[in-house]
Amino acid sequence: MLASLSVVLLLAGAAFFLGGSVGMLRFPDVYTRLHALTKADNLGLGLVVLGLMLQAESLAAVGKLFVIWLLLLAASATASQLVASWAQENGFAPWRG
Amino acid sequence: MAWLTGLPLAVDLVLGTTLLWLAWRALSSPDLFQAVALFIAFGVILGLVWARLDTIDIALAEIALGAGVTGALLLAALSQLQPAEVDARAAPSATGANEHQAGQPGQTAETADADEAQHKPAVFRALLAAVMGLLLLAALFGLGLVTWQLWEPSSGLTQQVNTHLPESGVEHPVTAVLLNFRGYDTLLEIAVLLLALIGVWSLATASNLGDTTPEPVLAALSRLLAPLMILVAAYLVWVGAHAPGGAFQAGSVLGAAGVLLRLSGWRLPAGAAGWPLRLVLALGVAVFAFIGIAVIGLGEPLLGYPTAWAKHAILVIELAATLSIGAILASLFIGGRP
Repeated sequence: MLASLSVVLLLAGAAFFLGGSVGMLRFPDVYTRLHALTKADNLGLGLVVLGLMLQAESLAAVGKLFVIWLLLLAASATASQLVASWAQENGFAPWRG
Repeated sequence: MAWLTGLPLAVDLVLGTTLLWLAWRALSSPDLFQAVALFIAFGVILGLVWARLDTIDIALAEIALGAGVTGALLLAALSQLQPAEVDARAAPSATGANEHQAGQPGQTAETADADEAQHKPAVFRALLAAVMGLLLLAALFGLGLVTWQLWEPSSGLTQQVNTHLPESGVEHPVTAVLLNFRGYDTLLEIAVLLLALIGVWSLATASNLGDTTPEPVLAALSRLLAPLMILVAAYLVWVGAHAPGGAFQAGSVLGAAGVLLRLSGWRLPAGAAGWPLRLVLALGVAVFAFIGIAVIGLGEPLLGYPTAWAKHAILVIELAATLSIGAILASLFIGGRP
């Protein structure tokens, strides 16, 4: 039961990573690509971490996995903010339909 | 779920193919920035490959040093190269006499190269390509042959290391080899790092990187991450006694913390940039060499710690080495004498 739930969560996470990668390759401008990328980073990794937590051997391992997710959230949010503000300063206009 | 048994092999094949593809792209990419980005990705994938081979120590070192610190160094070097490259490109079309002068040497060299290339007959170049191709094929064949012969799993020195592990003062075989059995290797590695920094310092003074006011978000992240990275470095040194970790991994995390702080506008106070910084930089080599030589007075060989003290000696050396490696790597990134 726990194992199948874990597999479902891992697959859902992988689906977000796939979607994020396709979005990064196919979206029209830097801002929408960042959006796709951070979705994969935040939600995809969140689901993968949740799936791995269910298989973890100890409470400490669960805590470590959670901290990894939090750190990646902070790093990914900062990196995408830096890229976006650099793009805006250097005159990359947002894509309009 | 019989099909799952093939999954590890599939993952390994994907990792191996990706690694080769990234290596080729990094070498063949005409855009330097792209090449550096590909090199960093290559380092991360190589780290995963080491992890798949159950060598977590090397995986940690590869990702922290090979991808992280080297990537940061390459990007820093690139940012120093970029203005010169733009000048060189702009010079031929520029009408300003001054800029034209600056572009002159590079331009003449280029035209000379082009002339020489035209003088070489096409047959000669084809011959050269054929010879190079044959040499490469021979090298590949040789490598394949050697790999084939090594296919038989041999125990190597594992048995010997495990037999003598209790004498080393640590429980993790990799740390035992690095800090005890082959201590002089590690001592010389730290010395090489220090020499590299001395070389960099003798060439230039520090550029004004980090003078500008930092991005508020980056500043906030660095305030959050820097203490955590110091904690992780301390953990890695301590855990190195019985699990993957150690001075180089911890030092590279410390160095990365320094790079992050530097990028987010933090600068070493003027009072600390003088002899206190130099003391920290030299601490690793000094402590390592001092302990290594001092044991001779106790009737031991060079770098042969007495078994009773080995644990403490290794811990002191690793702490000093971690501080030095972190400071040296961060100073290399800054790239000049303060």
